[in-house]
Amino acid sequence: MSLDFLLEIGTEEIPHWMIPGALAQLTKVDLLGATPSVDATPRRLVVRAEGLPERTPDSEQVVKGPPITAGDKAAEGFAKKQGADPSALRKAGNYYELVKKISGRATLDILAESLPTAILGIQWPKTMYWTDRSGPRFIRPIRWLVALLGDQVIPIEIGGVRSGNVTRGHRILGANSIPVTIASYESELRKNFVILAAHERRHKIEKEGAALGAKLDGDLVETLTYITEFPTAIKGDFDPAYLELPAEVLTTVMRHHQKYFSVEDAIGLAPNFVAVMNTSGDPDGLVKHGNERVLKARFNDARFFWNVDQSKKLADRVGDLAKVTFQAKLGSYKEKTERVVALVKELGGDANAQRAALLSKCDLTTEMVKEFTDLQGVVGGLYAKAQGEPEAVSRAIYEHYQPLSMEDSIPSTAEGQIVALADKLDTLRECFRIGLQPTGSKDPFALRRSAQGLVKILVEAKLDYQLDQLVQGELREFMLDRVKHYFREVRGFKYDEVNAVLAAGCWTLADVEARLTALAEVRPTENFEPLAASFKRIRNILKQAGYSGGERILEGDFEQEAERELYRELERVVKVATDSREYRTTLAATASTRPSVDRFFDKVMVMDESPVVRARRLELLYRINMHFSTIADFSEIVTSGAAQDAGASKEV
Amino acid sequence: MDTFQDTVFKLKRYWADRGAIIQEPYDVEVGAGTMCPETFLRVLGPKPYRVAYVQPSRRPADGRYGENPNRLYKHQQLQVILKPTPDDVIDQYLGSLKAIGIDLAKHDIKFEEDNWESPTLGAWGIGWQVMLDGLEITQFTYFQQCGGIDLDLAPAELTYGLERISAFLQGVDSVYEMEWAPGVKYSEVRLADELQFSVYNFETANVDRLWRLLSEHEAECKELLAGYEKYPEKHRYPVLAAYDQVLKCSQLFNLLDARGAISVTERVGVIKRVRDLAVGTAKIWADQQQQEAA
Repeated sequence: MSLDFLLEIGTEEIPHWMIPGALAQLTKVDLLGATPSVDATPRRLVVRAEGLPERTPDSEQVVKGPPITAGDKAAEGFAKKQGADPSALRKAGNYYELVKKISGRATLDILAESLPTAILGIQWPKTMYWTDRSGPRFIRPIRWLVALLGDQVIPIEIGGVRSGNVTRGHRILGANSIPVTIASYESELRKNFVILAAHERRHKIEKEGAALGAKLDGDLVETLTYITEFPTAIKGDFDPAYLELPAEVLTTVMRHHQKYFSVEDAIGLAPNFVAVMNTSGDPDGLVKHGNERVLKARFNDARFFWNVDQSKKLADRVGDLAKVTFQAKLGSYKEKTERVVALVKELGGDANAQRAALLSKCDLTTEMVKEFTDLQGVVGGLYAKAQGEPEAVSRAIYEHYQPLSMEDSIPSTAEGQIVALADKLDTLRECFRIGLQPTGSKDPFALRRSAQGLVKILVEAKLDYQLDQLVQGELREFMLDRVKHYFREVRGFKYDEVNAVLAAGCWTLADVEARLTALAEVRPTENFEPLAASFKRIRNILKQAGYSGGERILEGDFEQEAERELYRELERVVKVATDSREYRTTLAATASTRPSVDRFFDKVMVMDESPVVRARRLELLYRINMHFSTIADFSEIVTSGAAQDAGASKEV
Repeated sequence: MDTFQDTVFKLKRYWADRGAIIQEPYDVEVGAGTMCPETFLRVLGPKPYRVAYVQPSRRPADGRYGENPNRLYKHQQLQVILKPTPDDVIDQYLGSLKAIGIDLAKHDIKFEEDNWESPTLGAWGIGWQVMLDGLEITQFTYFQQCGGIDLDLAPAELTYGLERISAFLQGVDSVYEMEWAPGVKYSEVRLADELQFSVYNFETANVDRLWRLLSEHEAECKELLAGYEKYPEKHRYPVLAAYDQVLKCSQLFNLLDARGAISVTERVGVIKRVRDLAVGTAKIWADQQQQEAA
């Protein structure tokens, strides 16, 4: 007979962003072969499964004993130690052995033993204790446990809480003590205003939000899904007079501080918001009124900050940056600003870019940014504009933290790009200088993000700085890693293609991108991989011969047609490369030489007895290697086994 | 409609009925109710304790000359410490909201992650901000460490923002508009405070003297901390007096900060100076408690 399983870990409110990670771990919980399915609300982590065995099957274990030559005494001693009668021993070769029967165990017992460890074994970003210092650690206190196998309670205890068949409903709307069976569990919860399935809560938020005109955004929907057990959307209003404030400020207040969706109409932001409650309704309009009141106070603050901040221009705040710490060992933002301005100059930034760099961090001293830290940069840009700075300057300030993620766009102007580049580069250089490089999962200064942003800017803005001249030493290695990560994980190029292009010594990232694009296009053509395989061979031959170029050759020097043909092909490719200056065309031309290369290896013995003939042939290969490797180092291309075999004939 | 003081009375009554000692505010300036010895020292060690008190909390940098409807240099916190934490602590907390007239079935209540940390006190805890219709009304913390010492029990700390709650209950947009007592507005009681202390904190406090005072209080505290080891009758030793000096230092730090007198390079150092005193005091207090228990 097979049994169903239910585990509900009842807790106090778990931080929403940690729940998906915990659920992923719970899908791996060992349920004797049954597949766990998981779900959660802020107050419960739930694992369910079907088809668990009632018991594990009986089994046998063979225990090896002493050698037969050791005699009866040893055999008796062995049997005694194993708790068996000596007559149960049998001989196997030169040894005694004992076949022990292991009876299967009841699943209930196994789970009673394993569940507490599985529960407390969940890894959380931060844990706490709530009984006493020697008590269990979890993300928040565990207050109840439902653990059922079929209709039986699996007896477990954590921190004084014993398992049972009693769950709890919604804090306010539901009952505090609800007996359940596995079959009735989810519907009982629903009756008590708990929607167990996250996808159902998500759908409810999206549907109701959309109906109220909410500008839905995925992150906020996800947050609200995991801070509610019974989400319900309501619409609130605010005084249109606040629409004078920048939309960025209003939406930040709504979205980030109050977790509201903003509402947009044809003209732009509308004087409304959509809030998601953790309750079933707002019959008296009290929740709407309360949220409107809070929002009004927040908007008032923002308006107050805006007005206060205008009393001192950004340009007059540079000196105040001395009081804002960048990093304890690296001093203040004033010092950082000075470095960034110098760097922008060095990188060829114009007067506007330099001005933007100078003002870029000044908003850190404003009341608005002290309150709404997410708006750093944005506020600076808005203030710069209001204070009459040129558009090129204000936009550069506004966008200089971009890209904040790989999905975010890079600054839209050349000035913004160069300021963003210099800012990130300075952070990276300085942190590496004083030994703050990320280690393992630790990256407190988000240097990976800075580096990733820097790579994205260099590529997408097609800036022609050479990365190896911007960064040295350990930082260069770190950046190289980020470059590879970017092209592989973000852009989806194959790892060997990325290695091949980088191995060709290309450090201008926009150029790396152009080469990769061409390479990825040409690679699936029939000649490419076999040619790449031949390249490894060419490399090996040159290496073994210790040949490093210099022989003068002409087509007429070669005796065999296969040699002359390859020589002509080489000339042709070089001409295509010079004429087209285009990677795809050049690579396609290179790939098309494959039959000639194959024929050459088929007909010609490179290591001829005559030193003159040998040198000419080596020179031919040397030039092929050199000219064909300028875009990408083909020997880095991982070819399929078949292609390699085809290439491996006489000489290796 | 309840006045500000009615709400305070009801909360105190509620927690008194649940076994809390109702303390009066501590008489040394603090930035938060947490810093009072009734919290900072009492949470240490294994001895059960329940206490509730209103604590006027001074945050010099938060002053707005009485012009901002929601921001105050000094606000009143109702601080509740439950040690050990009862299993139904959240239900008890929700009960307190009912007791002050909030019909929870008609409102939206959420517990949103907010972990508390005080670098100057070497203290941190895990918890939430409690949101009522989008308004943060309480900070709820399970203390984990205080004065650098892991706590034997993990007491629950409830910190109610009294002005916010009362303004919410009275439905006014500005704290100054709410009624403190029948016919008496909050502004009549407190506005002069807010204005004058904003002027003092931001404009006229004598920076040089504040630095000297900080050094003096620090020296007094250090001397007291150093004397404990050799002192024969441990239970008589004035570690509580040492802690007052810590509070003085902390307040002076906040004042200097509001005055813009602490540079980047100094900041970390000054925080460490105060933390060293707090940690030293906590250590001696814990030891004294242990000796007493033995």
